[in-house]
Amino acid sequence: MTENLESYPLSLEGDGIPMVRFQNVTKRYGALVVLNQLDLDVSAGEMVTIIGPSGSGKTTVLRMLMTLETIDDGVIYVEGEPLTHMERNGGLVPANSSHLRRIRSKIGMCFQHFNLFPHMTALGNCMEGPVQVLGLPRKEAEERSLELLDMVGMIDKRDQHPSRLSGGQQQRVAIARALAMRPKVMLFDEVTSALDPEVISEVTGVIKHLVDTHNLTMLMVTHQMGFAKEISDRVCFFFDGAIEEQGTPTKLFENPERERTQQFLNAVLHAN
Amino acid sequence: MEWRWDWVWDLAPRFVDATGKTLIAAGGGYTIAIILGLVFVLAQRTPLLPVTLVVREFVELIRSTPLLLQIFFVYYVGPQFGLTLSPWTAGLIAIGVHYGAYLSEVYRGGIESVPKGQWEAAKAINLPIVTTYRRIVIPQALPPAVAGMGNYLVGIFKDTPMLSVIGVAELMHTATAVGAESYRYLEPYTMVGAIFLAVSLPSAFAINVFERWVRRTLGMTK
Ligand SMILES: Nc1ncnc2c1ncn2[C@@H]1O[C@H](COP(=O)(O)OP(=O)(O)O)[C@@H](O)[C@H]1O
Ligand SMILES: [Mg+2]
Repeated sequence: MTENLESYPLSLEGDGIPMVRFQNVTKRYGALVVLNQLDLDVSAGEMVTIIGPSGSGKTTVLRMLMTLETIDDGVIYVEGEPLTHMERNGGLVPANSSHLRRIRSKIGMCFQHFNLFPHMTALGNCMEGPVQVLGLPRKEAEERSLELLDMVGMIDKRDQHPSRLSGGQQQRVAIARALAMRPKVMLFDEVTSALDPEVISEVTGVIKHLVDTHNLTMLMVTHQMGFAKEISDRVCFFFDGAIEEQGTPTKLFENPERERTQQFLNAVLHAN
Repeated sequence: MEWRWDWVWDLAPRFVDATGKTLIAAGGGYTIAIILGLVFVLAQRTPLLPVTLVVREFVELIRSTPLLLQIFFVYYVGPQFGLTLSPWTAGLIAIGVHYGAYLSEVYRGGIESVPKGQWEAAKAINLPIVTTYRRIVIPQALPPAVAGMGNYLVGIFKDTPMLSVIGVAELMHTATAVGAESYRYLEPYTMVGAIFLAVSLPSAFAINVFERWVRRTLGMTK
């Protein structure tokens, strides 16, 4: 439970409100501190990539923002409004489920293992949220989903169940499913890690297309340094539950200042 | 002592009637059990800890005591607390609660077989919890549960003779009555056995077919 809630603003005001703000966010599992007083702002339309060794807390950052994990300290804001908390009688209190649902609707996520619904077709997966959550008429939900399946190059497979699709194909459907909810922020957690090398570009191609054509705010965890360098506005290097170093891709990859960053990049680049 | 076909023929109408009642008892009890089982399993998954604990202990209690005792309890102990039930009502309640407890465990196994990632994907598209159960979890929990559900359908059918002890006029009760009237037990009890066999065997087969059909329909086959 967040301490000293009075010291956090009820909402963020003024020009240049970040799309996402982590303010002093701490996450623990028992005695293990997974994220330690994290401060991170992501601007609207920005593509921020998170890199770092396994276990450094990268996935946890995304899962907290998707509300799949609770936080132990701090406040997360989305578009200036608190996500993890809400206003009550002039102060902040932990968010209730309807508040979480309202703010969560601005966020979409793609997972390492796709997590498509196996009993629904590709089209059914994409239509589920628009029909059940947004209440769109089926016809409209179908049009929206087909447009997105077309964008990710999966229109031909619209009637296939996930078990009939390759990993790359499943991940592209998962991206369409998330986009069908029209989120403002998209989260990608190692979306290519479970894929065979030859199909990785199917998925990175779609993400690149999104960056070029949509004004989405994106937070991406990846181990693909080349891809991160190519499409990020900013790269954050996580180490031990904190941001060790961050900056433009050029600076971070070509001129890292911190020794841990250099070691990590050396290890990763030599492994490839 | 020899087998008397003519007598079997004479008894046929009474046994047809009793078979109908047995099927009604099994079907009615099973319907109650299917719904109660769902109530039991969902109650154990609410965030309300007292509800969870009470229901869990109750299910455990039911599963650890004999059905026959539970039937007696509802029928004979009920009236002492002002709850007088007909044999049919008492019998269906007892058998429905008993098998509801077992079915809740089958459902629980099915629900727990649904990967965590499915819940998370549902949350990521903001599905409400009830919709998540209805659209995502239960359809995937069903195929692994169908086999267990089928076994208990056959089980409940085979347990209906226990209702004869409180006077429900099902097959066993009828056979015993016929025997007592005529002092001949060979034919009536053999007929009961034959009828049970004739229903159970095809049911087991049908459940198997149904299970495969459920899997196919939900697109879960590889
Ligand atoms: N549910 C959990 N229970 C206990 N520890 C966890 C749990 N989830 C993650 N962790 C731990 O938190 C740390 C950070 O995990 P994670 O954010 O997944 O790291 P990364 O994505 O950078 O590899 C790891 O040490 C991991 O073992
Ligand atoms: Mg991770």
